[in-house]
Amino acid sequence: MTSADSVVARSSEPASLHVLTVLVQNRFGVLARVAGLFSRRGFNIYSLAVAPTQDDSLSRITIVVDARSAPLEQVHKQLNKLINVITVRQLDPTNSVERELGLFTVTAAADDPRLVASLEDFGGAEILETGGGSVIVSFSGAPTRVDVLEDTLEQIGITEIQRTGRIALTSVTDATEESDQS
Amino acid sequence: MQMDGATALIKSLEHAGVDLVFGLPGGAILPVYDPLIESSIRHVLVRHEQGAGHMASGYAHATGKCGVSIVTSGPGATNMVTPLLDAYLDSIPMVVITGQVAYGAIGSDAFQEADTTGITMSVTKHNYLVTEAADIPRVIHEAFHIATTGRPGPVLVDIPKDIVNPAAPQSQMEWYWPESVDLPGYQPTLDGHIGKVKQAVKLIRRAERPVIYAGGGLLRARAAEGLLRFAELTGIPVVTTLMARGVIPDDHPQCLGMPGMHGNYTAVTAMQEADLLIALGARFDDRVTGRLDGFAPDAKIVHVDIDPAELGKVRRPDVPIVGDVRRVLEDLNSQIDKAGGLESQADRSAWKSRISGWQEKYPLTYEPPQPGSDLKPQYVLEQLRDLSPQDTIVASGVGQHQMWASQYWTFRHPYTWINSGGLGTMGYSIPAAIGAKAGAPDTTVWAVDGDGCFQMTAQELVTAAAERIPVKVALLNNGYLGMVRQWQEMFYDERFSEVYLDPNLPDYCKWAEAMGCVAIRVDSAEEVGPAIERANSINDRPVMIEFRTDPVEKVFPMVPAGASNSELLVDPSQRDGSDGATQNGAASNGAATAEASSDGSDENKSEELL
Ligand SMILES: Cc1ncc(C[n+]2csc(CCOP(=O)(O)OP(=O)(O)O)c2C)c(N)n1
Ligand SMILES: [Mg+2]
Repeated sequence: MTSADSVVARSSEPASLHVLTVLVQNRFGVLARVAGLFSRRGFNIYSLAVAPTQDDSLSRITIVVDARSAPLEQVHKQLNKLINVITVRQLDPTNSVERELGLFTVTAAADDPRLVASLEDFGGAEILETGGGSVIVSFSGAPTRVDVLEDTLEQIGITEIQRTGRIALTSVTDATEESDQS
Repeated sequence: MQMDGATALIKSLEHAGVDLVFGLPGGAILPVYDPLIESSIRHVLVRHEQGAGHMASGYAHATGKCGVSIVTSGPGATNMVTPLLDAYLDSIPMVVITGQVAYGAIGSDAFQEADTTGITMSVTKHNYLVTEAADIPRVIHEAFHIATTGRPGPVLVDIPKDIVNPAAPQSQMEWYWPESVDLPGYQPTLDGHIGKVKQAVKLIRRAERPVIYAGGGLLRARAAEGLLRFAELTGIPVVTTLMARGVIPDDHPQCLGMPGMHGNYTAVTAMQEADLLIALGARFDDRVTGRLDGFAPDAKIVHVDIDPAELGKVRRPDVPIVGDVRRVLEDLNSQIDKAGGLESQADRSAWKSRISGWQEKYPLTYEPPQPGSDLKPQYVLEQLRDLSPQDTIVASGVGQHQMWASQYWTFRHPYTWINSGGLGTMGYSIPAAIGAKAGAPDTTVWAVDGDGCFQMTAQELVTAAAERIPVKVALLNNGYLGMVRQWQEMFYDERFSEVYLDPNLPDYCKWAEAMGCVAIRVDSAEEVGPAIERANSINDRPVMIEFRTDPVEKVFPMVPAGASNSELLVDPSQRDGSDGATQNGAASNGAATAEASSDGSDENKSEELL
C-alpha cells in the first residue's frame, strides 16, 4: 500500500458514504425515479454513474449517497419497489472493487517539473492535451487515489475538473458475496 | 388487424375487463373519446376530474376490481393528482389514462401541456408515457397487472394525442393482445416463508396478551374469511383500523373495533397492553400508534405484508413475513390447526376478562341530548345505522363526521366502509359513494359528509342525478370545519381561527335540489328517523339529508396531539380519574396535553398534522 492509499477521505468528503449498485431496465425516466427516492428524503447523492451493461436492455447505476442522517434500508427497499429496478445491492467496501476516472485541466506546461513529479506516483496518469499554458491530465484509479491526485494538482493550479463518480462491482475473490435482493 | 391507437386503447380496456370508466374529455384526449361511442364500456361524465379519480377509487373499494378514469392533458391531469395520491396511500387499484400533447410537441409549453409523468411519479405505483401506438396494448396490459397485483395502487398512462389520432400516420398499428407481461423487476412475493410462519405460530401459541392488528391490506387481499378463521382458531381479539373496518363483523365477540387517535378505549388499551401484536396488512400509521416510543411497549410483533418496505419501516418486527396476507393466513391457519387449534393456545382467561372489563367500563358514549338541545351527530349515525340495510355501503368524508361514522356504525360485512385514510382527503365521500353505487347498484350507498367536505365536491351530485346513480348523502352540518375547531378548542386555548362555516350559507337543501336531488332538512331528534326512512325509500334519484348538528360536539376518545396512546382521553362523562385507568382526568375541557408536553414534546405537537 502506498502512502497515498492510506488517505481515507478528504475533509470535504462526507464520512458516511454508501455505495449502491442498481440494475435497471433501460427505460426513459428510470433515472428520475431512482434519484427521486433520494431527493424526497433530503439525501444528497454524492456521485452517480450510469451506463448500459452487457445486456443493452439493462443499465447499471452506481450511486454513492451520503446517508448519515437516516438509515439506508428504507431507500434500499423502496428502490426494489420501482417497477423498472431489477436488483439493488449495497456494496461492502471491503468486498468490492471501485474505480473512478478524473480529468484535470492544470495550468502548467507538460514539462513543468512540479507536474512531472506529481504524476510520478500515479501509474497510468496521462497527459491528453497541451496548449495555451495548460495540460489536461487523465487518471483512473481507486477513488481515494483520484482524490490524492486532485489535491496534488491543486498545488499547481487546476482550472477545471470532471470526475466520473465511482463505479463499482462486487469482488470476485471473496465467496461471501452479498446476495441480490429483488 | 390494422387500427389506430385510439381504437386499440379502447379495445385494450375492453380486453382488460373494463366495463365502467369515469372521466371528462378535452382536446388532447378527444381521439380516445370517439371510439368510446361504439364501445361496450359505460362512461360516467363527471363534473370535475378529482371526482373521476375518487369515483374510480370508490368503485374499486366496493367491487375489488380496478377503477378506471380517463381525463385530458394539462389541467385534467393535474386535477387527478389528489385522487392518485389518495389511492396510492390507501393501496387502491386504479388505472388513469391521461391525454398528452402530440409527442413532438412535448417540452414546448404547448397548450395544456403538463409534465404529467413527472408530476405523478411520486403519487403512483408506476406511470407510463406511451411514445408509439404499437405499445398501447402492452402498456395497458401491464398497467392493469401492476395496479391489481402485489400491493395494489394507481398506475397512470399518459398518451400523446398524435399516436391516437387516426389522421396521423404514427397512430396506425397492428392489433395484438399480449398473453403475459414481461416485467423482470416486478415479481411480488406471494407465499410467506414457511419457517417464519412456524416461528409466528410459536409466538402466537405462547402469547398471553395477544391482539390481532387488522389493517386495510386484508381487504385489498380479499382475506376477510381467512382472518375470521384465524381469529376463531386462536381466540385472539381483533382490532380493525380505520382502513379495515368491516373486515371482521363488529358484532363478532372477538372484535374490539377501531384503535388509534379516535379509537375506542378497549381497542387502544388492548394494543398498549399486548405482549404480541399480529399485524396483518397494517402499516403502523402514526394515527394508530400515537407517539411511537410509547406505543405497545411490551409487545412482540409479527408483521405480515406483501410490501417488504413496510416491514421494519416504523416498528421492527420480531417475525417479519413478506407475502399475500390471504395466503399467509392459510398457512398460519393450517399450522395452528396442526398444532391443535384453540386447545394449543396459552391460557388467556385473565386477558379476556381484562378486555371485557374495559369494554364494560368504557363503552363509546356521548352526552345524551336534552330536550330542546342541539341534535347530536352520534345519534344521527346510530339512527342511520339502525334504519338502513345491514349491507349498506358507507362512504365518508374527512373530519369529525368520519370518526363518528367509523365509531358508531356496526359494520357487518367487509367492503362496506369506504374512506380516505392515508391522505385524509376532504371531499372524498360524494364521488367515492357514486363510484361504489355504480359498481354495486343493488346496494344502498350512504355518503356521510361534513359541511366543509360537501362544499369541495358537491358538484358530483349533478353527475349522480344525470347518470341515475341514486346515492344518499347524510350531511352533518355543524357550521364548522369541525375537526379543526376541535383541535383549536383543545390545543390552541379556544382561539378559533378560520373554522367557522355559516350553517345557512350556502342553503344546502336548495343547492342539492338544484343538482337534481331530493333534499330534506332535519333540525331535531324526532325528525331524524322519518327523514332517513324517507330517504331509504327513494331509489330513482340522489337524496341529501341536511342534519343540523351540535356545532361544538367533539370526538372522543382522543389521543391528544403528540401524546402516547396511554394518555387516551375518554368521553368527559367517563373521566373520574380515580380508577387507575389511563385517561387524563385533570382535563375538564379535554386540554390534557400537560403530560405530553412536560417532556418537551412541543415539537411533537407541532409536527402533528390534521
Ligand atoms: C383537502 C383538505 N383540506 C384540509 C384538510 C384539513 N381538515 C381536516 S378535517 C377538516 C374539517 C372538515 O370539516 P367538515 O367537512 O365540516 O367536517 P367536520 O369535521 O365538521 O365533521 C379539515 C379542514 C383536509 N383533511 N383535506
Ligand atoms: Mg363541519
